[in-house]
Amino acid sequence: MDFISILSIFVLACFVGYYVVWSVTPALHTPLMAVTNAISSVIIVGALIAAAAGGSATSKWLGLVAVALASVNIFGGFAVTARMLAMYEKKERSDA
Amino acid sequence: MHEASATPAWVLIAYLIAGICFILALRGLSSPATSQRGNRLGMIGMAIAVATTLAIHEIASLPEILAAIAIGGAIGLVTARRIQMTAMPQLVAAFHSLVGMAAVLGGAAAYLNPEAFGIVDAAGAILPVSAVELGLGVAIGAITFSGSVIAFLKLNGNMSGAPILLPLRHVINLGTLAAIVGLIAYFTFDQSPWVFFTAMALAFAIGFLLIIPIGGADMPVVVSMLNSYSGWAAAAMGFTLHNSAMIITGALVGSSGAILSYIMCRAMNRSFISVIAGGFGAVSGGPAAEAIDRPYKRGSAEDAAFLMQQADSVIIVPGYGMAVAQAQHTLREMGDMLKKQGIRVKYAIHPVAGRMPGHMNVLLAEANVPYDEVFELEDINSDFAQADVAFVIGANDVTNPAAKTDKTSPIYGMPVLDVEKARTVLFIKRSMGGAGYAGVDNELFYRDNTMMLLSDAKKMVEEIVKALG
Repeated sequence: MDFISILSIFVLACFVGYYVVWSVTPALHTPLMAVTNAISSVIIVGALIAAAAGGSATSKWLGLVAVALASVNIFGGFAVTARMLAMYEKKERSDA
Repeated sequence: MHEASATPAWVLIAYLIAGICFILALRGLSSPATSQRGNRLGMIGMAIAVATTLAIHEIASLPEILAAIAIGGAIGLVTARRIQMTAMPQLVAAFHSLVGMAAVLGGAAAYLNPEAFGIVDAAGAILPVSAVELGLGVAIGAITFSGSVIAFLKLNGNMSGAPILLPLRHVINLGTLAAIVGLIAYFTFDQSPWVFFTAMALAFAIGFLLIIPIGGADMPVVVSMLNSYSGWAAAAMGFTLHNSAMIITGALVGSSGAILSYIMCRAMNRSFISVIAGGFGAVSGGPAAEAIDRPYKRGSAEDAAFLMQQADSVIIVPGYGMAVAQAQHTLREMGDMLKKQGIRVKYAIHPVAGRMPGHMNVLLAEANVPYDEVFELEDINSDFAQADVAFVIGANDVTNPAAKTDKTSPIYGMPVLDVEKARTVLFIKRSMGGAGYAGVDNELFYRDNTMMLLSDAKKMVEEIVKALG
């Protein structure tokens, strides 16, 4: 992909983000932060490339540490979001 | 760029699908009913992104990678399970710092081994565009890291919430930022280590300097802002790697944090710039100190219970103090008892109540308060005039009528909950000394229709529950 295609994806995604985030109910703003936190750990992709590549040992170890840090975030972020959302879910059932 | 152009189509599509999963994950949060499915889509998206990356690269060190994921994942899962809901702001700040650090380490790895990332030209130098993207990614990541560490220390109480104001801080900050931008530009010509690592070090420093002058009351904005930064860091790395999943995610998270910051600033009637400039809540004393001698009405738990039993409708206004006292469960018990006696109970939530967006909603949800009893500021503010009792627990500045009347007040113009319009205001506060986080005295305490309940929030509610039973 050339720079312009990438830039197009980025700009369009900003617009999508703008509208999607405004539609999030304020009651779920804390889970929103937790889940955005988890998904921003998609930078693990970069870390994996560094960790997987041969060539530079330093680069590999930096990558591995980054993979571990991003994993904390991915597993922790999704799990804590799920835990919070379950609390909202519970009430819906007891109401019905 | 040769590697990127050789990427098979299915890989591009897989990353695109991962990106779409992330969009749908956020979309799911538009209602509690769809939110869990959204979260699961987020996990699927992440799994696709990770699996695709591992599938298309020759992996020289699979056991190490799996070990790193296992160690990190275990720490994450245990933390997520153990964390108290009241500590959510600290947790989110800590998680932000990890994203920042991962971005810095990933960027450093890319600098040391650019061939692996496919960002070199024929001569083996990093392409100018990639150099800028890499520099920005590392710088934003470093700012996110050190800023989040400070935010964590402040939220966790390891560091005073009071702003720390250095002399000439605006000059220092702007100078440092300019130096970082300059170094990143220079990095396109000269890729020697000193340029890269100096820019990184300065970025770590600026993250620290930017957050220390910001006071406790502004933490909801800071946490949202750092959320936004972590997104931009991911986007910058996505540009480096030509990876659509990362770019889409970065844009989503970046906008999300920016919008939340905006909502928080609007809820405090402050401009983003003034929050970033910091120093709010640094001055207190003067007017608050002299006001302490003013007469006020003090009541007991029995008085409060009696007043609420006489009421038709009660609106509960929770704030950060409720979180600190862990009073949400007892509060829900009180609400249940009132409802059993035929009294209408609602909860009113100010957008900046607590230390992060939606903080109060999560605590009430944890305590099993049905979410159709919980209302946002604009939906409930007109109801106070018809309410018999407004029950303020651990909130202060967000109820201060001075925000509407007193042009000299630091919080003038901030939208507040009109609690004083209720027939009676019950206000739980630890003691009469000590103002809210904004460092301003609250007019509400001295009004004829206000009864102060001076005690620890949880103890007071427990006593009220006893008196109601």
